Amino acid sequence: MRHARIAASVAALSTLALPLAACGGGGGSSSNDAFAAHLKDRGPITYVQGKVNDNATHEVIARWNAEHPDEKVTLKEQTAAADQQHDDLVRNFDAKNADYDVVSVDLVWTAEFAAKGYLQPLKGDLAIDTNGLLDSAVKGAQYNGTQYAAPMTSDGGMLYYRSDLVKTPPKTWDELFADCAIAKQAHIDCYAGQFNKYEGLTVNASEAINGAGGSIVGTDGKTPTVDSPEATKGLEVLAKAYQDGDIPKQAITYQEEEGRQSFESGKLLFLRNWPYVYSLASGEASSKVKGKFDVAPLPGFDGVGASTLGGHNAAISAYSDHKATAIDFLKYLESEEAQSLFLGKGSLAPIRTEVYKDPALVKKYPYLPTLLTSIENAVPRPITPFYQAVTKAVQDNAYAAIKGDKTSAQAVKDMAAAIKAASSGQ
Amino acid sequence: MTRKESGSTAPAPARRRLSRRRARGNSLDPHETRRALLLVAPALAVLALVIGYPVARAIWMSFQADQHVENGFFVQGGFAGLDNYKHWLLQRCGDVACPPGNTGSSFWEVVGITLFFTVVTVTIELVLGFWFATIMNGKFRGRSLVRAAVLIPWAIPTAVTAKLWYFIFSYDGIANTLFGAHVVWFGDKWAARSAIIVSDVWKTTPFMALLILAGLQLISEDVYEAAKVDGASAWQRFWAITVPLVKPAVVVALLFRTLDVLRMFDLPYIMTGGGAGDGNDTTTLSILVINESRNGFNSAAALSTLTFLLVFGVAFLFVKFLGANATGAEPKVKAKR
Repeated sequence: MRHARIAASVAALSTLALPLAACGGGGGSSSNDAFAAHLKDRGPITYVQGKVNDNATHEVIARWNAEHPDEKVTLKEQTAAADQQHDDLVRNFDAKNADYDVVSVDLVWTAEFAAKGYLQPLKGDLAIDTNGLLDSAVKGAQYNGTQYAAPMTSDGGMLYYRSDLVKTPPKTWDELFADCAIAKQAHIDCYAGQFNKYEGLTVNASEAINGAGGSIVGTDGKTPTVDSPEATKGLEVLAKAYQDGDIPKQAITYQEEEGRQSFESGKLLFLRNWPYVYSLASGEASSKVKGKFDVAPLPGFDGVGASTLGGHNAAISAYSDHKATAIDFLKYLESEEAQSLFLGKGSLAPIRTEVYKDPALVKKYPYLPTLLTSIENAVPRPITPFYQAVTKAVQDNAYAAIKGDKTSAQAVKDMAAAIKAASSGQ
Repeated sequence: MTRKESGSTAPAPARRRLSRRRARGNSLDPHETRRALLLVAPALAVLALVIGYPVARAIWMSFQADQHVENGFFVQGGFAGLDNYKHWLLQRCGDVACPPGNTGSSFWEVVGITLFFTVVTVTIELVLGFWFATIMNGKFRGRSLVRAAVLIPWAIPTAVTAKLWYFIFSYDGIANTLFGAHVVWFGDKWAARSAIIVSDVWKTTPFMALLILAGLQLISEDVYEAAKVDGASAWQRFWAITVPLVKPAVVVALLFRTLDVLRMFDLPYIMTGGGAGDGNDTTTLSILVINESRNGFNSAAALSTLTFLLVFGVAFLFVKFLGANATGAEPKVKAKR
């Protein structure tokens, strides 16, 4: 009797499920009907991005508004936490909210949002001119061969080193770990990056893997390519260094800030980190390495390594009512004027090559040439609509490999299996 | 209540009505039933909206497959049957066992970790809480000061507590400096778990202590005096009077804390992000739900349904076997007449 009732309710559930699932379809291969609407319409638009903590964004918008009184841009700020920005965008896109016209999209979300049909493809009337833009940044805004967003700001990792202890910065991993003898003599730690199990570990692990000539996911965004001798070799560098003590044992808990603090207190010889550390380490009162450090491109196997690309893209919502205005604003964000402002007032790495060579800016930011080398050699993190699952696959297994719980070969094998499971919808 | 219903003080007509109602098995007459329903209807409607709908919706979602990609675009997954539950309970990813790095592969490990945290923290909190409550129940100078001081950890928001202990247990933190140790607290499995247990005990023992203190204060001083006159030792007084009389309060406190820890999220999430050990060694069920919801809401709904069932099951066992009475219903045990 009871079984019959349960069976009946499950049956009722399934009959409920079927028609609803059918009408909830997200468009399938035909992508999104909204792509064809409002292409030529103009009017005021809203620009959405995470909490503004630079001095440039407001000025960029103010200058645009001064020249376009009928097509004013209103800024909508989200919270400071990346996860919450992501979820807020998903909610508003799902609700087909026309108030989100232009959105700032983290590089790693671009493929997911494009695959969900949220982002207007930038082709035809909406195409952008990518001449003079950094190639890696342009690629980071593409999905399946289509440009879905315009690169807006970039970011790349650099090797911070103690110039008072190391005369010439190491170019390769071998040179770097050979210099660990200097660290030993000075009784400080040798090398650290971001090895805590979070997004930063994906960044560091993929740098090691890409630098060795490996890759993580194929160009189709779902086939794992990580189970290769190159990827094993790359991951093994970090694993071996950790087990040898060249990477200190506490570095397994380091995020950006812990590594920066260690470097600034003079306890670390080499640090892989983002450009933001430069001004803090040379300006903060508590920094003990003022004037005693410099930056170099990340080490690789036979020359400069492959940094992971960071940064944000600007994209147009498929549901915007004023796409003609939106694309003009996107083009303005990419202009030399806006890019110089982003760097000069906001310390945000530009996506235009010539801005890096502006003498006035180089004087203000001595690390610019190094950063340009880093970004020119940068590889985007895996471009895949299943980014959240892929990054977990990389993190869990790279973490185990670095700690020595499994071999690097086994780790890349498990990464590949986990990526495969993710892309088949598990 | 019991005494009143047993009849001696109630006026005669009321008594008659009561006994009539009892004879008919507690049912009201139809007119009264309709009015009662009418009166509770708004409350029921609100409950259905804020509790019924989300639960039903989550269960419905848990039988749907997550979106998958076709020709580069996401499409709806359709009906999934029990696939989402297989993903968790049997750790199956399609036709193969879930590989490491997939959320499904850590399900049973995470259930074990959650239960481990529950048993250990609740046990320690019970012992310490009882001790604190006994101290606070005594008469001494500065008693109210002690009571206020004990409350402080409970008053601090959990996120702040977590960050506080995160700094204490960081590699260059106070814990290592104080003991001259070089423990990587958030790297090692057991070190990380101990750190979380210490923080949780620090934070929630006051809650336990206060609930038990409330129970202790209900015990009349006369009972102890009578026992003393009869020549009972302190130990006997504790076991024969304090423990049985404070038991209802303790069981409710235990129930609240147990349900709380089974849903624990913020402390481990902020302190370790669920990491340490093999990378998932401090992940609780709630952390896993949040991680999974970024992959797809439907499989996350299945996981939260399972979590709900686990919490529900434990609550049921508590009420059934320990006689926890958190709802205020009449206890089944016959009151002394």
